Amino acid sequence: MTFGYILSIATFASIYAILILGLNILTGYTKQVSLGHAAFFAIGAYTQALLITKAGLTFWSALPLTILLSMIIGVVMGLPSLRVSDDFLVLTTIGLNFIVMGITEYFDFFGGAMGIIGITMPTIGGKSIGTTGYFLITLSFLLLTICICYLFSKTWGRLAMEATGEDEDAAQSLGINTSIYKMYAFALSSTFTGLAGVLWAHSIGSVFPRNFSFEMSVLFLSMLVFGGLGTIRGAVFGAFVLYILPEFFRFIENYRMLVYGGMLAMIVILQPNGILGRGGLLDRCILRLVKKKAETQEIS
Amino acid sequence: MLQVLLDAIVLGCSYALMAVGLNMVYGLLRIIHVAHAALYTLGAYVGLYCLLNLSQSLWISLFVGALFSAIVGVLMYRIIYSPALTAPRYVPLIAGAGVFIASQELFRLLAGPYPYSFDAHFQFLSIMTPNLRVTETQMLMITFMVVAFLCLFILINKTNLGLMWRACTQDMELAASSGININLIIAINFMIGSALAGSAGILMALYRNSVFPTMGAMVSYKAFVVIVLGGFGSIPGAAIAGIILAIAESFLGMVPIFNLPREAIAFLVMILVLMFKPKGLFGR
Repeated sequence: MTFGYILSIATFASIYAILILGLNILTGYTKQVSLGHAAFFAIGAYTQALLITKAGLTFWSALPLTILLSMIIGVVMGLPSLRVSDDFLVLTTIGLNFIVMGITEYFDFFGGAMGIIGITMPTIGGKSIGTTGYFLITLSFLLLTICICYLFSKTWGRLAMEATGEDEDAAQSLGINTSIYKMYAFALSSTFTGLAGVLWAHSIGSVFPRNFSFEMSVLFLSMLVFGGLGTIRGAVFGAFVLYILPEFFRFIENYRMLVYGGMLAMIVILQPNGILGRGGLLDRCILRLVKKKAETQEIS
Repeated sequence: MLQVLLDAIVLGCSYALMAVGLNMVYGLLRIIHVAHAALYTLGAYVGLYCLLNLSQSLWISLFVGALFSAIVGVLMYRIIYSPALTAPRYVPLIAGAGVFIASQELFRLLAGPYPYSFDAHFQFLSIMTPNLRVTETQMLMITFMVVAFLCLFILINKTNLGLMWRACTQDMELAASSGININLIIAINFMIGSALAGSAGILMALYRNSVFPTMGAMVSYKAFVVIVLGGFGSIPGAAIAGIILAIAESFLGMVPIFNLPREAIAFLVMILVLMFKPKGLFGR
């Protein structure tokens, strides 16, 4: 277990955490279940890859463009949610995943099945930053995302989104413009997911259509559901645990998707709020510990 | 041209047989039964096992495969869906997706990732003319679908059981309070839908002459599209939309601009339909 290996695991876990935080805004707050989030991920990764390899931009100059474009495409892809809801929307997101994958696979502009290779690591002041530097960049983006999500969770916007998710008609009767808040959720979600795509493309160095399959979307959703829908801690926890555990237990690699699938079904039925979500297994344990500590301090 | 149309219709039969089970579950429980694809693959594997180890007859393997799928389908309801019925809508959906992924892996681990061939010899009608070739397998698929849908139609519209089923689709609680055993109805519902999915799996395995772990995936994605096109809960809609979708895919795929994978085309059609007619083409 070398330092470089641990570093690369930490980098990928941070990237996934950013993505799951993005998914959390859409699926956790607004309850628009997305089983096609790999499409948003692909858009970030492919846009960045194209800007770097075809337009010759650098990491830093392409990043704002990619994020802006991810946001715009995210809103466009969210438009069906204004017309359809619940199960229909889930089918739509699955469909978007297949359409985006199909487009990247069948048009030569996107490299086809051979993908795009040669996405270089970002440089600072003309010097390549190496894996350590890249990890620090990823980590700071993760911290930034957590900060934004935390600040956002304190705003009226999050409450409006949760109300929209709980009961759309009731939210409308309270004067919440649910259409606008759904679009906000799609915009924010696709922005963070696009950012994760950018970071991912640079750390892998290449993008292929099969990296963004429907199975990946299921994996993302299982990370969020495992950690806890609608909580920041749950999203980060789910991404880290579900990414890191299989890395350390390579011998179960063959059974990984089996375990994911089975666990997803079990968790969502037994612990609908996730392990670390509100009222989840770990959440209750931690609360009990904190309470006990407070009591002992009072006594002493 | 006629040959392409015929091949599309045969493909459409498998979509329709898959979609009808999904639609029956949706009509009754308002759940999208994502794990339905597992039953399709299960049917094909059990049918193959039966063909290789028990008897050479296609009919017996068809029956055993369908029976197994039916049993597993009911178990799926009891274990996964019935505890999740009162939970938020996304819970059964995510649970179904989990079971779907897990089942694919299970088939891969148990039977291996490579495709098996499905060689069955049987006697059936076939048409062989210079312009049009309808093989025995194709004829069998079309006949099976027509018979299955006719039986289903009679079952739903002319029998007591069908009456109870229709009452349940309209209002589950009211049906229960008027003395209908809703658990039994739901179980029968899952049984019929799953048996049809299992037999569709075997027929497709026979038609394509291959059985592999992910064979259910593509068909089930298509079945989602079919139930949207045909209208959620509508059984004749599923039959018609299944065939329409297969024809649309076959002919759109010939146009160079739409040179996308078939599932991308199918979903593109679905999203367009959803945007303009959210109730589906044949929905109430």
